[in-house]
Amino acid sequence: MNSPTDPLLRPQVDSSRVPFWAYTDPQLHAQELNRIFYGAHWNYVGLLAEIPQLGDFKKSQVGEREVIMVKDHVHPTQKDIDHGIRVVENRCAHRGVRFCQKTHGNQRSFVCPYHQWAYKLNGDLGGLPFKDGVERDGQIQGGMPKDFDLKQHGLNRLKVEVLHGLVFATFDHNAQPLHDYLGPKILPWVERIFKSRELTLLGYNRQRIPGNWKLMMENIKDPYHPGLLHTWFVTFGLWRADQRSRMVMDDLGRHAVMISQRNEGGGGAVTQGVTSFKPNMKLHDDRLLDIVQEPWWTIPDPAELSKSITPSVTMITLFPSLIIQQQVNSLSTRQIIPNGHGQFDFVWTHFGFKDDTPEMTRRRLRQANLFGPAGYVSADDGEVIEFSQAGFEQFNSDGLRQGETLCELGGKEVAMTDHMVTETLIRGMYQYWNEVMGHA
Amino acid sequence: MHDNTPPNRLGNITPVDDQATLQNLQLEINHLNAQYARALDEKDFEQWPEFFIHEGRYTVRSRENHERGLPLALMDLESQGMMKDRIYGVTNTIFHAPYYTRHVVSCTLVVGSTPTSSLSPPVQSTTLGPTLWVSSTSYAVFRTKPTQATEVFNVGQYLDHWTSTPTGLKLVSRLCVYDSEMVLNSFIYPI
Repeated sequence: MNSPTDPLLRPQVDSSRVPFWAYTDPQLHAQELNRIFYGAHWNYVGLLAEIPQLGDFKKSQVGEREVIMVKDHVHPTQKDIDHGIRVVENRCAHRGVRFCQKTHGNQRSFVCPYHQWAYKLNGDLGGLPFKDGVERDGQIQGGMPKDFDLKQHGLNRLKVEVLHGLVFATFDHNAQPLHDYLGPKILPWVERIFKSRELTLLGYNRQRIPGNWKLMMENIKDPYHPGLLHTWFVTFGLWRADQRSRMVMDDLGRHAVMISQRNEGGGGAVTQGVTSFKPNMKLHDDRLLDIVQEPWWTIPDPAELSKSITPSVTMITLFPSLIIQQQVNSLSTRQIIPNGHGQFDFVWTHFGFKDDTPEMTRRRLRQANLFGPAGYVSADDGEVIEFSQAGFEQFNSDGLRQGETLCELGGKEVAMTDHMVTETLIRGMYQYWNEVMGHA
Repeated sequence: MHDNTPPNRLGNITPVDDQATLQNLQLEINHLNAQYARALDEKDFEQWPEFFIHEGRYTVRSRENHERGLPLALMDLESQGMMKDRIYGVTNTIFHAPYYTRHVVSCTLVVGSTPTSSLSPPVQSTTLGPTLWVSSTSYAVFRTKPTQATEVFNVGQYLDHWTSTPTGLKLVSRLCVYDSEMVLNSFIYPI
């Protein structure tokens, strides 16, 4: 799995320290929403598999703003380029009401309950009551002014792109194409899971984590902790420092993939002094670890196309708000929905493939016991994020904006590696973050 | 309907007409539920799998998934063995802030009986009789971290299938369908 390490071809600022105020400052959080979530960044809003029929919709969020992802007619004159998926903000153009209260459903149009303004699935204002006034005694009373133009009062529409069944949206209509946004180093790993596959939706888990949203991104850019915090990973060889692995990121350092191949677990140098390693741990019912290698795990190695590569785990972080998990047979998207500087909601959507056998579906569901708010290797991530935030907040309670986290494992620079004994991906994200936030 | 489709309704239920049988079932299930709640609240976790048969099933699923027929669960354990592994997992492997739970469990509603063959997913057991008792019970679980205020942690209902054994009723399956779809960070202990 070794590949040449590849320093990013950009001037680097030291991002091996992250100030605590990056997690504790409410004003900074509002700036992040503006520049990152509502700026020229692509945000995951859902899967095509969630809205298969015309009129199907799902409520989602971009940053702290609610949006609706809906399957509309494909535009008749733009069949080659229109995917028919619309994302509109859940805010009536009339009086600003968050009109849609259902989490999902099927509708022919959206109607605001307050004054019955009706919108087409693409967000166009279709009509409104009393637009032309009300007739009484031969007189027209009230109504909208003559220059009122329906076309000017549609819902706020986001720019939408669909990538192999993943739906992304951005408020910035000048954002670069999604393909370029993700870049050639990341795309092969997304395509490995999603390209030419039909997904089946297995269900959702939702958890509210009292920590800054960036801590979740960091957690999945941090290959240092899983073999230390998570007993199940180190003991059963699902993720640990003696595995063949690779840390990949895009040219800006904002997106990343942690790639690794499982081993047999057991003792070894990486378990010495590691209290979470349980040498005598045996399962009463080992169906939880009934792992079956799937053909799609193997692809031509993007770093050296003449060779193939068969990772058992790829953890993809797409800045700012999406994590895509393949951990053995368990697959999920995890969406980060910030809620103030000190809290975020974490929405897990587990999925499988249309051609899965019932046994494979059961296996995916069984392995889901490892993940999510109750998962053997995920519940403690939420806990340590809560404790991290608590540590920052207590130190910043004096308003002096002091303190910083340290991320020097593997050096201070940002570079891809062919091992996991590094915090390079975290440095990569903060290098980009510093630029976007104007701190570089 | 294959193995992974969760039961959305309680299915093919025959009400219990005989008042004495009904009252005895209610009495016994209420008593077992009280013992179950106490075992968990007292962290007497070794007792917990003993409320189930060997092949018993324990599932915690959000109301959202349950009502939409989506099979994903927060916790989905398919045997007493997996329950024992969960207990080992939460007492020895998952790092978390310590907390107490307090279960408040309603009086049970005995819904009726159902053919064992109608269980979905099926339970592979040679010891089960042809019919199972079905009950539903509301629960509220409060969480208290030491020195902190108490929070409403999880609220929902137990949808249960029971079988009669020589040592009394045992759970063939307990499905906890929780209304509190947003989990307050982590969910460690069974409920």
